[in-house]
Amino acid sequence: MSVLVTPGSDGRFGDFGGRFIPETLVPACEELEAAFADAWQDSAFRFELDEILRDYAGRPSIITECHNLGRQLGIRLILKREDLNHTGSHKINNVLGQALLAKRMGKSRLIAETGAGQHGVATATAAALFGMKCKVYMGAVDVERQQLNVFRMRLLGAEVEAVTSGSRTLKDAVNEAMRDWVASVVDTHYCLGSVMGPHPYPFMVRQFHRVIGDEAREQCQEYLGTHPDVVVACVGGGSNAMGIFSGFVDLPSRLIGVEPAGGAAVTRGQPGVVHGMKSYLMQDEYGQVAEAHSVSAGLDYPGIGPEHSYLASIGRAEYPTVTDAEVIDGFQLLARTEGIIPALECAHAVAWISRQAPSMQGQTVLMNLSGRGDKDVGQMMDILGGLA
Amino acid sequence: MTSTERTTHGQLETALLARRDTGGKCLVPYITGGYPGWQDAIRIAAANGADAIEIGLPFSDPAMDGPVIQQASEIALAKGANPVNILHEVRTLDVEIPLAVMCYYNTVFHAGHERFAHWLNEAGVSATIIPDLPLDEVGPWAQVADAAGIETVMLAAPTTPDERLVRIVARARGFVYSVGLLGVTGERDTLAGTATALAARLKAITDMPVLVGVGVSNAEQAVEACHVADGVIQGASMVRRLMDDGPEAVGQYVKEVRTALDAAFL
Repeated sequence: MSVLVTPGSDGRFGDFGGRFIPETLVPACEELEAAFADAWQDSAFRFELDEILRDYAGRPSIITECHNLGRQLGIRLILKREDLNHTGSHKINNVLGQALLAKRMGKSRLIAETGAGQHGVATATAAALFGMKCKVYMGAVDVERQQLNVFRMRLLGAEVEAVTSGSRTLKDAVNEAMRDWVASVVDTHYCLGSVMGPHPYPFMVRQFHRVIGDEAREQCQEYLGTHPDVVVACVGGGSNAMGIFSGFVDLPSRLIGVEPAGGAAVTRGQPGVVHGMKSYLMQDEYGQVAEAHSVSAGLDYPGIGPEHSYLASIGRAEYPTVTDAEVIDGFQLLARTEGIIPALECAHAVAWISRQAPSMQGQTVLMNLSGRGDKDVGQMMDILGGLA
Repeated sequence: MTSTERTTHGQLETALLARRDTGGKCLVPYITGGYPGWQDAIRIAAANGADAIEIGLPFSDPAMDGPVIQQASEIALAKGANPVNILHEVRTLDVEIPLAVMCYYNTVFHAGHERFAHWLNEAGVSATIIPDLPLDEVGPWAQVADAAGIETVMLAAPTTPDERLVRIVARARGFVYSVGLLGVTGERDTLAGTATALAARLKAITDMPVLVGVGVSNAEQAVEACHVADGVIQGASMVRRLMDDGPEAVGQYVKEVRTALDAAFL
């Protein structure tokens, strides 16, 4: 039996998920649930999506074996190259799916939240492609540390609003996008960027990202003749991880979702409800949501998608943490050994692999390289102060 | 699943029905708990003609609230407000009218349903308004609340379809909160057309009090809404006065709205 859950109308993955949202948005989520179900079983929609993923986004993404780093660590290390997609990360898979769906539903405007800006850039890209209006909410702290992506979004014709409430990071950007959607739900689709939020988003976004895992499974079979021993991805909300996990969840591969130590929903959180979902959540003794702290804007989130909470609760996936210092080392390690500059988010996965390699000698490790590091170069220059 | 067969009304519904029976309209001010002066604001509002008070338990991520209530919540939290110390203070307020709490669901969920209900009982709070706990998710809380004698107010929105409106009304206790517009809490220049349209749809299917909230911004708009509805909830316009001019200004404003409602309908 598959561990991959298709949630019923209650939107649950085990005890997690659901639809904890203002009444105003319930009909919109029901409409979206029905529209997605209809589109997903419509071969014309699937054909159009596959075509655009191939001809516009550049799928399938390749896999690359890291011979140098693998030799150094005593493992076989394979990267799934989502960094080579158009717009530079896996986010485009979900965004093209949701934008096509929004168009099919007759919506003329897309709104999105973004952390590092990768989802915002992808959404702005899809809006430009499909001729839709686009507004992206981004925490003021993230606007500051990801100025390149802010400018990219504006170049693409999107409006970017800096969110100054709360911790001024990703969670507050989600709140502000929800506030916009409550007022604009008639003509606007909320293009949520991760496997989180109210049902059907966690399910729908995972389905749009399954292509990562489905491709990687076939590629591993062809290249290795078997499945990898370990599958590793970084986790903020958890969309790239859920995408690659979904290709391996019914195989004996270990599944590792690496969280930042300062945003460790599974390790440091408890079940809670925010942003429309019940999931592990970092919070204080009264249920106030804690502020996450991570060097990577994309993982600076106190919660996690509900399907990850489910996989953690049944022991199918593990969610270890790495520190910012380890991440900064991991960022440089992949660059120097393989000539690949990873996004800071993915450097979490590199950091975990590098730390745990002694206990994985001779094993094959598949890592989802979900984004490229160009956007982080400015921030890393500040952190490293130039290199000797 | 839900039942309308209720032989008794809770404290909140009883008070609102009593106002309606006299031909008057209900006025429910919202005050952010923990914001400096909140206790006095509640006492003064009660003394100046409020029928019940909605006390906000501040939350870190108030996704249904606009800038005014967001800011009040942030300040209250920064000053150390939490559900326990707010509800503890509520016990000492000594007002005669029913009290409801407005909070986001994680406050309830994190405490645990039974424990939260116990806190409310201890504090003498009659009802809850939980804007991110829609009909489909309200069951477990509502069951505990029913058993504890706490009224679970339900929200209806302009986007809610007719058949769902019927089910919402059946599950509602205290009153039905008719959300005035598509949007978050905050003051607007005019009352949205959706406010009276939804109130009329609700009045057609229930005898329970129907109160309009979200976007009812002054006495004139309150009167306009009450041409259809049984009353209004006023949040941002109260909290802004509390923040700008203190509790006395809240009292003045409650008196102004009360006077306008009485003049128009009595």
